[in-house]
Amino acid sequence: MDIHEYQAKEILSSFGVTIPRGGIVYSPETAENKAREIGGSKWVVKAQIHSGARGKAGGVIVCNSPLEVAQATDKLLGKKLVTNQTGPQGKIVNRIYIEEATDIEKELYLGLVFDRSSESIMVVASTEGGMSVEEIAKEKPESIIRSKIEVAVGIQSFQARELAFGLGIEPELIRRASETIVGCAKAFSELDATMVEVNPLVISKQKQILALDCKMSFDNNAMFRRDKVSELRDKTQEDDKEVYASDRGLNYVSLDGNIGNIINGAGLAMASMDMIKLAGGEPANFLDVGGGATPEKIVKAFRLITMDKKVKVILVNIFAGINRCDWVAEGIVQALKKIEIKVPLVIRLAGTNVEKGNKILRDSKLNYIEANTLEDAANKAVAALKK
Amino acid sequence: MAVIIEKNTKILIQGFTGKMGTFHAEEMIKYGSNVVGGVTPGKGGQKHLDKPVFNTVKDAVKHTGATASILFVPPAFAADSAMEAADAGIKTCVAIVDGIPSHDMIRIKRYMRRYSKNEKMTLVGPNCAGIISPGKSMLGIMPGHIYKEGRVGIISRSGTLGYEAAEQMKNLGIGISTSVGIGGDPINGSSFRDIIEKFETDDETDAILMIGEIGGPQEVAAGEFAKENMKKPVIGYIAGLTAPKGRVMGHAGAIVSAYGESAVEKVELLKECGVTISKNPSVMGETVKSVIEKL
Repeated sequence: MDIHEYQAKEILSSFGVTIPRGGIVYSPETAENKAREIGGSKWVVKAQIHSGARGKAGGVIVCNSPLEVAQATDKLLGKKLVTNQTGPQGKIVNRIYIEEATDIEKELYLGLVFDRSSESIMVVASTEGGMSVEEIAKEKPESIIRSKIEVAVGIQSFQARELAFGLGIEPELIRRASETIVGCAKAFSELDATMVEVNPLVISKQKQILALDCKMSFDNNAMFRRDKVSELRDKTQEDDKEVYASDRGLNYVSLDGNIGNIINGAGLAMASMDMIKLAGGEPANFLDVGGGATPEKIVKAFRLITMDKKVKVILVNIFAGINRCDWVAEGIVQALKKIEIKVPLVIRLAGTNVEKGNKILRDSKLNYIEANTLEDAANKAVAALKK
Repeated sequence: MAVIIEKNTKILIQGFTGKMGTFHAEEMIKYGSNVVGGVTPGKGGQKHLDKPVFNTVKDAVKHTGATASILFVPPAFAADSAMEAADAGIKTCVAIVDGIPSHDMIRIKRYMRRYSKNEKMTLVGPNCAGIISPGKSMLGIMPGHIYKEGRVGIISRSGTLGYEAAEQMKNLGIGISTSVGIGGDPINGSSFRDIIEKFETDDETDAILMIGEIGGPQEVAAGEFAKENMKKPVIGYIAGLTAPKGRVMGHAGAIVSAYGESAVEKVELLKECGVTISKNPSVMGETVKSVIEKL
C-alpha cells in the first residue's frame, strides 16, 4: 500500500526526521491562509498523488506570495497529473501540500527496502540525490553505498554513522544525519513498511538535514495490525477496478489489452497471459480468483471483467484440484445466470473431474467456446477476437 | 528414499480443529499420509478425526514422535506457530497460509539460526501448495491423484501452475519423485536453491523441473548452483513474460536487484547456467520429456 508524501513526512517526523514546515489543504481558499500560517516569504505548492517525478509533470510550483500559493493550488486541484510513473491516464490531484521553500546546499538520496537475496533490510544511500534511484544506478553507480540491517537487533548507530560519513557529510552534521537514518530505519521496522525513500534528503544552507520528499509503501499482509497506517489509504489514487477487486479478495491488475482473464492462482494467471501474448493477443488484465475458485469469487470476477469496457473476449482458465471441475462448472453456470456476458467466452477447465465439469457446461446451454489445453484456450480466445 | 518426506513420516496438523485444518487433514489421511495428531491450543486431550489433539507442539512431539507438521493457522499467528514447531524439534514444516507479513517471515528465519544445520527445521512456504511424494505421502493441499509416481522432481512457486505441470507430465506418462511448492511470497522458508540441492542427492530423482516467475533472485541463484554443483539436468519455466514492470515489485527494490528480475532476463540467465527452458507453459511436460529421453 502506498501513501502520500505529506503522510510519509508526518510519520518520519514522528521518528525524529526533520521536515520543512508545511500543511495540507483541499481548496484554494484555505491555501492562502495556510501559507501565512507556515510563514516565510517563499513556498512550494506540491500536488499529492501516488507517484514520483511530479516536478517534471508540473505538479510542484514555487510561489513568492500567499496569493500565488492560492493560484497554484487552484491550478493543480482537480487536475489529472501524468508522470512517467502514472501511465497515460494520470492520477487525480485532490490534496495539496504547501511547504516553506528550502535553501538547498546539497541533495542526497536515502532509501530502505527489503533485500530478497540476504533477507534483510537494506539501506541504500547516494550523494546524487534528486535523481531517481534507477538513474543513479545507471549514471553514478559508484556513488551508491549500502548497509544491511540485522532485523533481530535493528539498525545500530555505527551503521548510520558509517553511511553518513560515506555520504561526505561534514563532522558537525554527522549526528543529525545519523539520527535521520536511524529514524527511517525504525519507521520501516516498526510500521511493517516495504519501502522508505527520502529523495532528496537535503542539507540546507542553514545546516539543517531535511527530508524534502518522502515516499513510503507498506506490506498489505500486515495491515491487520497497522490500523493507523491502513487509514492513510487513498482509493482515489488507485484504479477503480483494482479497488473493486482488492475489496473483494481478488488479485487484479488492469492492463492495456482486450482479452479479459479469469484464472485461479497467480502463477497460472501469469502463464495464461503469456500464452495469450504468444497466440498474438493482448491480455486486458491479470486476475487471480484464488486457488479454490469458489462460486462467490467467480461471480465477483465476472462482475469485475464486465466492468472493463475494453474487454472483447473473456478467457476462463481454471485448474481445479480438490475443488473439482464439476463444482467449479456449477459456479460458472450460476454466475452467468446473474451476469450477462455480451462478448465471446472461452472456458478451459482442467484437473479433477474435468469430464464432468465440461458436461455440466455443455448441458447448461451456455454460449461459450470449450478449450482443452492452455494453448488451445489462448488460440481460441485470439481467434474469437478476430471474428 | 524420497526427499524431505517419507512414506511413514509422522505428521502433525497445526490448527487441526479448524475448518481448513480438518478438511485437508482428511484429504491427507485419504491419500495415505501418516497423520498422527494435531495441535490446537486449549483443546488438548480431545480427539479429532480419531487422532489426539495437543495444546502445544512440544507435547504432541513427545507423545507421537512426529517429525513433520503443516500449518493451517491464520496469518497473524503463523510466524509464532512456525517457531513453535522449530523449537519442538519438528524437522519439516509446511506453511500453507497466504498473507504472512514479510517482517514476520524474516523474524522466523532469524529465529531458526539458533539451531545447528543438522537440527534446523526445513520450512516450506508460506503461501504454497506443500509437498507430495506420489504414492508415499502428501504434506500439502494438492489434488494427489494428478501426480504419477516417477523420477522427476518439481519445484514451483505457484500452486496451480505446478498442478498444470504435473498433469501435463502424467498425460505423457512421466512420473514425479517429489513435488515441492515453495510459495509465492517474497521471503520464503526454502528457496529453489535449497530444494534443488536436496534433489541432487536424492537417488529417486533423475531430473528437476523448476517453475518460477518474475521478481526476486531465487531462480537464477538456483541456476548458478546447478551450473557449479549439479550433474542432474534442470528444466525451467518462468511465468510473467507479459507482466508489467513495477506493478509487483517495489520501486527502490529495483536498485538492489535491478537486473535479472523480469521473465525475459531470468530465462536468459538460466540458459547461461545450462538450464533447458520450456518456452511456454503449455509445453512444460514435453520439455521435460525431451530432456529425460536423452538420459
